[in-house]
Amino acid sequence: MKYSKEQTQALLQKIENSLRDYLLKHKITEPIIIGVHTGGAWVADWLQSTLGFEGKAASLNISFYRDDFSKVGVNPRVEPTAMPVSIDEKHIILVDDVLFTGRTTRAAINEIFDFGRPLSVTLVVLVERNGKELPISADIVGQKLELENNKNVKLLGPSPMILEIIDKDN
Amino acid sequence: MNVSENNEIDLDGKNISHNNIVSQKHLRHFLDIEYLPKSLILDILDLAESFAGVSGQPVKKVPLLRGKTIVNLFFEASTRTRTTFELAAKRLSADFLNINVDFSATKKGETLLDTLRNLEAMHCDMFIVRHPFSGAAEFISKNVSQNISIINAGDGRHAHPTQAMLDIFTIRKYFSDFKKIKVAIVGDILHSRVARSLMHALRILEVPDIRVIGPKTLLPNGIEYMGVTPYVDMDEGIKNCNVVIMLRLQNERMDSSFIPDEHEYYNLYGFTPRRQELLAKNGIVMHPGPVNRGIEISSEVADGERSVILQQVSNGIAVRMAILSLSMQP
Repeated sequence: MKYSKEQTQALLQKIENSLRDYLLKHKITEPIIIGVHTGGAWVADWLQSTLGFEGKAASLNISFYRDDFSKVGVNPRVEPTAMPVSIDEKHIILVDDVLFTGRTTRAAINEIFDFGRPLSVTLVVLVERNGKELPISADIVGQKLELENNKNVKLLGPSPMILEIIDKDN
Repeated sequence: MNVSENNEIDLDGKNISHNNIVSQKHLRHFLDIEYLPKSLILDILDLAESFAGVSGQPVKKVPLLRGKTIVNLFFEASTRTRTTFELAAKRLSADFLNINVDFSATKKGETLLDTLRNLEAMHCDMFIVRHPFSGAAEFISKNVSQNISIINAGDGRHAHPTQAMLDIFTIRKYFSDFKKIKVAIVGDILHSRVARSLMHALRILEVPDIRVIGPKTLLPNGIEYMGVTPYVDMDEGIKNCNVVIMLRLQNERMDSSFIPDEHEYYNLYGFTPRRQELLAKNGIVMHPGPVNRGIEISSEVADGERSVILQQVSNGIAVRMAILSLSMQP
């Protein structure tokens, strides 16, 4: 099942509004937005420009921090990590398209700490689905989904961004 | 040294004899470039590109090979190769041992196998091997247990595949399209394992004009069959080249009959500022090190604007990280 462009856009706007409120409430004026490759980086770039911050969002390729290297190896064709600014003493907004088991977020947080010591890390996701395997939850969520085990949700993009629910074999 | 019993692998419908590869995508050992498919060479270069960023992080380390044990098994002296392999392994979070085997004590095959058995008993996962005999890394790969990967860090005159990989990685930083460049390799082609691996790599990447330049005594007979053009005249050979790779004169591998004397060699084949002017405008100068200043290259060129010699060293770490992790993956 595919979401429409408008349905996906509505979720993006929802997380944008929640993030604005969150930043105001926590008095964060200069956050560093970091997206997880590939879908998370698209959402992060979108948030970066919609919230009026200059340039592209930072992005993480968590391939080298995954916990399943000895099972699946490493994919050579992933964009390198781009962390153009220092994250020391900064508030980090970590963005991913889908939160599922929590393993990607765990890897992303590990990688972030190899670049410095941030003041805080806030997790923003477009979709949070059932199937959590680690004690990790998102602070800002576009939509929570209950899916059967054989289903996956993924983001197509970068322009336009469209969510899709597919069978795992695909 | 007996290196028979090759594994037969069908690649692109063509039978080849080598145990470099388990499939089109994965490395099992990294022994030679000759039989690698182009796609795998490009995968290594792309992955190295991602690893290059790790050296710029405040914490220069990724946890990819945590819990793995890698052994540098060097039967021959080396500084650059040994240390860049060590740094590559450490930046991948592997545990690392440096073993310099006294070659004189291992002249008998049994002793080498005993050394291997002992290291196997320590549950090591990978041996990085440098040895003065051609075929040594392959011999070792056939005599260790199945779960151990072997990386060839230079064997006799045969191959130095990780050096060739870092050289083409460095070339790609300046020239994105291998199909449009002229590359010259200058010097002691006969004794050079770097030259041999480079010629294979450049051929696989479809470089249209590969030249080898040196005195007749240092150019192997029939080298044209490797898809390269030999030149005895250096000025003619390097003319309009985009990349010139200078080789070290390997005094330890030759007696005095190969070249008249070092001074004469420098006059005929030394890379001087005058010769540098013969390159294409965007031409770069490379050298695998260690550099013999005043013998094969002048200091002005080695330290000059077109020299990428130190970049080769830095790139060596990222490229070796890529090769170690691709050889270690399931």
